Amino acid sequence: MDYVPNTEAQLAEMLRTIGARSFEDLLSNIPADMRARGLDVPSGLSEPEVLALAESLAAGNRSVRELSSFAGFGAYHHFIPTAVDAIASRGEWLTPYTPYQAEASQGTLQMIYEFQTMISELLQMDVANASLYDGASSFAEAGVLALRAGARTRLLVSDTVHPHYREVLATYLSGFACTVQTIPHVNGVTDLEALAAAMKDDVAAVMLQQPNVFGCLEPMEQAGELAHRAGALFVANVYPISLGLLQPPGAYGADIAVAEGRCLGSPLTAGGPGLGLFAASQELLRRLPGRLVGCTTDHAGQRGFTLTLQTREQHIRREKATSNVCTNAGWLCLRATIFLSLLGPAGLRRMAELSLQNAHELRERMREVGFEPSFDQPFFNEWTMRWPREEHAGRLLRRLERAGIVSGVPLAEWYPMQERDAVWCATEQTTREQMDRLCRAVRA
Amino acid sequence: MNGGSELIFEQSVPGRCGVTFPPCETERPLEQLIPAGMLRRQPPHLPEVVEFDVVRHYTRLSQRNFSVDTHFYPLGSCTMKYNPKLNERIAAWSRFALLHPTQPASQTQGLLRMLYELEQLLCGITGMAAFTLQPAAGAQGELTGLKIIRAHHRAKRQNRPVILIPDSAHGTNPASAALSGFRVVEIRSGPDGMIDLGELKRHLSNEVAALMLTNPNTLGLFERNIAAITRLCHEYGALVYLDGANMNALLSIVKPADMGVDLLQLNLHKTFSTPHGGGGPGAGPVGVTAALADFLPVPRVRKTGERFRWDARGRRSIGRVHAFYGNVGVLVRAYVYIRTLGREGLERTSRAAIINANYLKAKFSTLVPIPFDDHCLHEFVASLKPLKASGVTAWDVAKRLLDYGYYAPTVYFPLVVEEGVMVEPTETESKATLDAFADAMARIVDEAREHPEWLKLAPQRLAIHRVDEVKAAREPNLRWRPDAKSAVANEASSLQTG
Amino acid sequence: MQTPQELRYTKTHEWAKVTPHEIAVGITAHAQEELRDVVYVELPPVGKVLKQGEPAAVVESVKAAFDIYAPVSGTVTRANADVTKSPQLVNTDCYGAGWFFAVQPSQPAEVEGLLTAEAYAKLIAAAAH
Repeated sequence: MDYVPNTEAQLAEMLRTIGARSFEDLLSNIPADMRARGLDVPSGLSEPEVLALAESLAAGNRSVRELSSFAGFGAYHHFIPTAVDAIASRGEWLTPYTPYQAEASQGTLQMIYEFQTMISELLQMDVANASLYDGASSFAEAGVLALRAGARTRLLVSDTVHPHYREVLATYLSGFACTVQTIPHVNGVTDLEALAAAMKDDVAAVMLQQPNVFGCLEPMEQAGELAHRAGALFVANVYPISLGLLQPPGAYGADIAVAEGRCLGSPLTAGGPGLGLFAASQELLRRLPGRLVGCTTDHAGQRGFTLTLQTREQHIRREKATSNVCTNAGWLCLRATIFLSLLGPAGLRRMAELSLQNAHELRERMREVGFEPSFDQPFFNEWTMRWPREEHAGRLLRRLERAGIVSGVPLAEWYPMQERDAVWCATEQTTREQMDRLCRAVRA
Repeated sequence: MNGGSELIFEQSVPGRCGVTFPPCETERPLEQLIPAGMLRRQPPHLPEVVEFDVVRHYTRLSQRNFSVDTHFYPLGSCTMKYNPKLNERIAAWSRFALLHPTQPASQTQGLLRMLYELEQLLCGITGMAAFTLQPAAGAQGELTGLKIIRAHHRAKRQNRPVILIPDSAHGTNPASAALSGFRVVEIRSGPDGMIDLGELKRHLSNEVAALMLTNPNTLGLFERNIAAITRLCHEYGALVYLDGANMNALLSIVKPADMGVDLLQLNLHKTFSTPHGGGGPGAGPVGVTAALADFLPVPRVRKTGERFRWDARGRRSIGRVHAFYGNVGVLVRAYVYIRTLGREGLERTSRAAIINANYLKAKFSTLVPIPFDDHCLHEFVASLKPLKASGVTAWDVAKRLLDYGYYAPTVYFPLVVEEGVMVEPTETESKATLDAFADAMARIVDEAREHPEWLKLAPQRLAIHRVDEVKAAREPNLRWRPDAKSAVANEASSLQTG
Repeated sequence: MQTPQELRYTKTHEWAKVTPHEIAVGITAHAQEELRDVVYVELPPVGKVLKQGEPAAVVESVKAAFDIYAPVSGTVTRANADVTKSPQLVNTDCYGAGWFFAVQPSQPAEVEGLLTAEAYAKLIAAAAH
């Protein structure tokens, strides 16, 4: 099956209009010996056959809705109100492209303007862009921005930042003349003394995460002060839902705030697509990566919206652009905008409170069945715990898996010192029954 | 005055909320859990509205968009083809959409098999030896490719700081090269719009890491000398990177591996029909020859017997480019599309895309010049330079097309054509649509001569008139402000002064 | 096209106004016409040391960005804050209120190498054909 509307007879008629004897005439520039002789791809399928095939593949998966999931680690299962899918599945939202022709794209443009406003508000920053690919690429772009700002060549990154984010940063920076220095943690949070000792005048930025990878709350204000005292930028990677309760980056002086925004109304989908949030202080406006939408007027004086400050971007500046990014995560922007409109300040706060309460309840219960907290720090909805002393970690994990439980994420792969630790997560989706199931499976 | 463009914030009424949550059984006092200094003092100014407000607002906004579902969208270089509903349906199933990335492989065998098979399908289509599905977009695919190029030369202990890029390339190419720490050297196109072998030879040296090229190029023309180009680069030890953005022209016609390219990225949101979503997300898988496979990002999906798993090892890998495995939701759609079309459907797709483009070009050529007038592949570039005599620009024509109910082609790109319009009809448009579009273009060309002011004032038939981009750039207003004067008030004052 | 006699010019369309203590720099009427609506100007900070022919400032329209090259070497003594605030001054008064920055020249002899008004006018006329 294919999606070509023209019949073979019509295609033949069109070839006559073109003045070609055959389709082959149109390929005269292609050397004959380079032509493909059929593709190594199976034959096409009808719609019912494709559905059956997809069902058979889906049968090999179990969704978090069928299981009890306590995994977070940068991917959080939050409630998505029905209206989000109902609106976002409209073809008018799903099938346009980047709004180059403003007058025929006012829907997308106004939505992004609203999105930029909501994200600036949520993060309490001066300006937010129209989004990047995901949280990790936003984090990497923040590092690039800081390094391109001037002569400073060192980034200080706390080792409590999500390890994937640090890996993506390292990949992005592999061609730069720069040093990425990792700042160790003490009792689950960034070691401020080590940070202070590392503050030299070649530091371009200090980069932290709140809450951090262990779930602990970082001393962001102090870290930001250390950065600013040395003339460096302060970059905060945050968790949007937590900002219903926690201080936003703008309140503790972040110059750049980045985040994974998928939790705002988009499904987990095994970790992608994401929604890279990127916001900054006014002084950095001209150095932002990615698209920006501005409010202006049309020639009749009516309010209108358009892409703006495009001279920062690759299609104009080419090798001098602030970034190579071309697209944004438009469809996830839309979902986040609808989501935040539905929740409003009260709904967002309630989602954060329920996540926090469930997390603290579950940690207590896990303590009762033998888990030990790894750190003594306040936390939001993720926390790190050591396996019960008498348990063999591998055996316990297999037991949980059989019981339909997605366990907390073991940290040993990235933190060898934390070989018996895992980071656990609860959200407003976590139920008492799921908590019971986990405790029963541990005791079994 | 806002012409019906009231912001969601302007509909806010304190105390309203569009969601409800279940009660919490044991609520601990907040101050016992979080230190006071870490608690937010000022709630964010988000709109306070009910569900129906939101539904009406965003449904009405959607109607202010042109989209593939509603309008012909011949945006050159972007392959705005129909996005089948079947792909959306399957991607939304909870057994794809609600998978956590850290779930054990035993719970995601179906997904892993799908991703593994998608890699194989892309290998089958391109002839490359291995693929990574991780890059989130074409430009991130380019970045990934450039990191692989760097790793390849480093493994050979060579320092090659230069990337050659033709002047007709997409802007992402030089931007990606610069972001990867390379120096960009531009190659001028020859008079036929193709890479000039002599010019290429002049720039090749043992400083050159790779040539980045697009084939068919941005004029829609196949680089006739591609075999000689790749051979020449390889003689100098340089690699050849193919920007596969234009793959819709080559399905079943040429496998990129047979051109001699070493690596490429595909844009699944173009060739493989995943929706553009108003700007994204897309996906930009990167394919490489066997010699470069070890450099691909980790993790990679592996098959042992009939079982699949993620493998994060890779001593020579460039590392991660995505926090988890890439844009899985987009990959599911592309997989479904390729399995639906199959071998025959893919063949018919490129054939129909090429015939549609040449048909429209034949109709356009009676109206305006086509500077590099050869048989094109999936798209062509016309020049509207003659209309300049009546003061009309390509930008004006683009705006007038909106009045006729068509999204505009890409304008002023590639840079090698003056007043260029780049038209890509794709295979999913019917002959009747192309005929009607060509008729509209003919009328606009007449209007340009007889009533140029109609074009200067276009669009006239949409919800708003031409937007003031100069004002937008001079006085950036990038967010609504809850305090002081709203955007509307600002607008009124600037109208008086402007 | 306006080409004030008392100024010196570059092939890249900058003008230089030589006074006893400094040299003021801006872009020509031809350059601003080509650019059309200027929306943004980025100037070098006071105290920055410039080298002749190297990028010193940036001027932008909606869809284009151009580097402005230092016509002579020297240290920046003043930057025109009005033009960063109101970039349209480049369009309305490019030889006056729309000036960019001034330098204390380090190689005063470089001025001799700049184009005269006649030579620059000839250059523009030639390019138009």
